[in-house]
Amino acid sequence: MTAETHPHAARQRWMAVLARASAAELRDRLVACPPLPACTRLRGPETGLVMVRGRAGGGGAAFNLGEMSVTRCTVRSAEDAAGRAYVGHAYVAGRDREQAEIAARLDAALQDPALAPEIERGVVAPLAEAQRAVRAANAGRAAATKVQFFTMATMRS
Amino acid sequence: MSIDLPGFADPVRDAQSVFRAVLGAMSCPGRLFRAGERLTPPAPLAPATAAVLLTLVDAETPVQLAADLAAAADWIAFHCGAALATAPTPFIVATHMPPLDTLDGGTDEAPQNSATLILQIPALGEGRAYLLSGPGLKETATLRASGLPDDFVPAWAANHALFPRGVDLVLCAGDMLTALPRTVIVREG
Repeated sequence: MTAETHPHAARQRWMAVLARASAAELRDRLVACPPLPACTRLRGPETGLVMVRGRAGGGGAAFNLGEMSVTRCTVRSAEDAAGRAYVGHAYVAGRDREQAEIAARLDAALQDPALAPEIERGVVAPLAEAQRAVRAANAGRAAATKVQFFTMATMRS
Repeated sequence: MSIDLPGFADPVRDAQSVFRAVLGAMSCPGRLFRAGERLTPPAPLAPATAAVLLTLVDAETPVQLAADLAAAADWIAFHCGAALATAPTPFIVATHMPPLDTLDGGTDEAPQNSATLILQIPALGEGRAYLLSGPGLKETATLRASGLPDDFVPAWAANHALFPRGVDLVLCAGDMLTALPRTVIVREG
């Protein structure tokens, strides 16, 4: 299944953007948006460790790279006029409990068709653009240090 | 997937206090302990049953859920991170007592691998009286419980006779729990 046809592709995208944004950035963006619906906490926010695993050697055997702190939160939004409630999840790197809670509330709100367009426009799209710009700048700085191995290429030809 | 209700408000402290209650109940059979009085588990799970599950069950202890508790399966899977299984498991949750001899009593070499039955009954502290004696009880204690099967006393005697093998029983009703470890002797009161 490719990223385009994945049933949760849109949700994966906004959860990734929210997880990379700090609590302060999320708060700043929310000022211009309609207030988020009231939420009850189902779990957390709580901090724990996850094992980051990689692939080792040519065979691709699993390798435990190390542990990292992750904070997670799950909230349930209050029922809207139509009696629908949404459960929002967030897993963010680090120990910022506020970031996890705001991200979870935004995940719940983004599933609500009535709220999604405004939050997408006011929060997710600008954050995604800012993150893309930072990535491009870093990639540009790294690209400038790239070494071309002309000698090797010449010897092989 | 429906997870509409929270688990423990303070997972560490709440789980510790429920663990203390289960430990107390196991070492002093038949004494009633309060557990999960602040929990709001999904029906048909009672607060005490939910509290015991949140405390004892996790990803490494698969749990078997009786069919009439299936409505709470998502809640248990989410908050405990537990695998719900049908094969023999260390924890079995039920509202009607299954025949004890069908449950895993462990082996003579590893009696600690036996099953623990978490039984949710209508009421503790009222109903039929049972007289308890054995380790942990200086004098004969009386346990009042409703919802246990009519042949509970002979079934329990057979379970007790298996020692060191045998099944341990945790009884939950509302926000009360007590326990009957395999060592306790039960007579009609």
